[in-house]
Amino acid sequence: MRTDVSATPSQTVGPFFHVGLSAFSGLRANGAATSNVHGVPVSVRGRVIDGEGNGVPDALLEIWQADGDGSYSEGFGFARVPTDGDGTFAFATIKPGRVPGPGGVLQAPHLSVTIFMRGLLRQLRTRIYFDGDPANGGDPILNLVDPSRRDTLMARPISGAEALQWNVILQGEDETVFFDC
Amino acid sequence: MAELTRNAFATFRPVQPETLPPHLYPPYRSSVKRAPTKPFVLIPQTLSELTGPVFGDGTVGPNDHDLTAHHAAEPLGERIIVTGRVIDEDGRAVPDTLIELWQANAAGRYAHRIDQHDAPLDPNFTGGGRAMTGGNGEYRFVTIKPGAYPWKNHHNAWRPAHIHFSLFGQSLLTRLVTQMYFPGDPLLPFDPIFNSIPDERARGHLVSSFDWETTAPDHALGYRFDIVLRGRDQTPWEK
Repeated sequence: MRTDVSATPSQTVGPFFHVGLSAFSGLRANGAATSNVHGVPVSVRGRVIDGEGNGVPDALLEIWQADGDGSYSEGFGFARVPTDGDGTFAFATIKPGRVPGPGGVLQAPHLSVTIFMRGLLRQLRTRIYFDGDPANGGDPILNLVDPSRRDTLMARPISGAEALQWNVILQGEDETVFFDC
Repeated sequence: MAELTRNAFATFRPVQPETLPPHLYPPYRSSVKRAPTKPFVLIPQTLSELTGPVFGDGTVGPNDHDLTAHHAAEPLGERIIVTGRVIDEDGRAVPDTLIELWQANAAGRYAHRIDQHDAPLDPNFTGGGRAMTGGNGEYRFVTIKPGAYPWKNHHNAWRPAHIHFSLFGQSLLTRLVTQMYFPGDPLLPFDPIFNSIPDERARGHLVSSFDWETTAPDHALGYRFDIVLRGRDQTPWEK
């Protein structure tokens, strides 16, 4: 038994995680919630892009979110979303409700995203917000982010597509905001 | 559905920096174009971080922990038992949490379409397993010792034998993906992934120990690998 108790360090997920990390899809499947969760259906689609502008074909996103009423509950809210050969990912869910933040201030609707891939020695943590949501302006987490970079956290409609678009840009001018917590 | 607030009343202590691999670690070549370059934004721990998925009964099947029992016959290789406890930084057991693992076969080949290493696949070995920890945080897997394998990171690069581990713990903040290594592996000093951990002692926590008590006579060698997840602060979270 280990006697000193500092946390076990992280190591990369590597390129072969499909062998062990099975699909969890506890969001919305085929237009219906996987459990009796109600809410506004949303789809999100995007790409994970590396520092040379190439799609990352071996990334894994883990989504965690509240239900439509803003509660975190058993049996809903977690999904694994791997990227495909050109770095594209897509998932369907419901828009979460507002959950309490620091001091009881309600947060704007958001999805928590944890990102793993070969080349990342530890996970990245970010959030997806919904562009244009009236609650965004008062969100205590968004307000910690430099206004010039908040756009990187916004899923937004694109013309001709049903899904909202949100990309993960790993490096450069438009680099996605990542969080320490 | 049960609301997940029962665990959400205490925040987690800061991660100890010496145990963290940096994002950019040039000896690990893949990090160069994938590591973020801008400063991270420190955010408070809210319900969104203090909750996390809960995996109930039925997530894990009866043979999921035994990677030698997933096919018609036993896989080739040195049969091993990997066991240990999952605890937090205060030494408290982490019960009922999902552990997933994956590994190469005894020849150093993954059962994965993009693994092109010129070593044989084993029709009796896929290499993925899962288990839930027991009430005392304990877990146990039966598998075969994975082989070392070459990779393209640098000239004559070889990964030491390792098993990938994935754990959840009690919140998003305890999520851990790591790798377990084997004691005395001569490749460890040369592996940039292992050596990305700045602190030697912290690195040592990734190396399992050979264990006679776990070793099953006439059956399998035993290795012990305890896993420590991030611990709680002492101050309660103000809802």
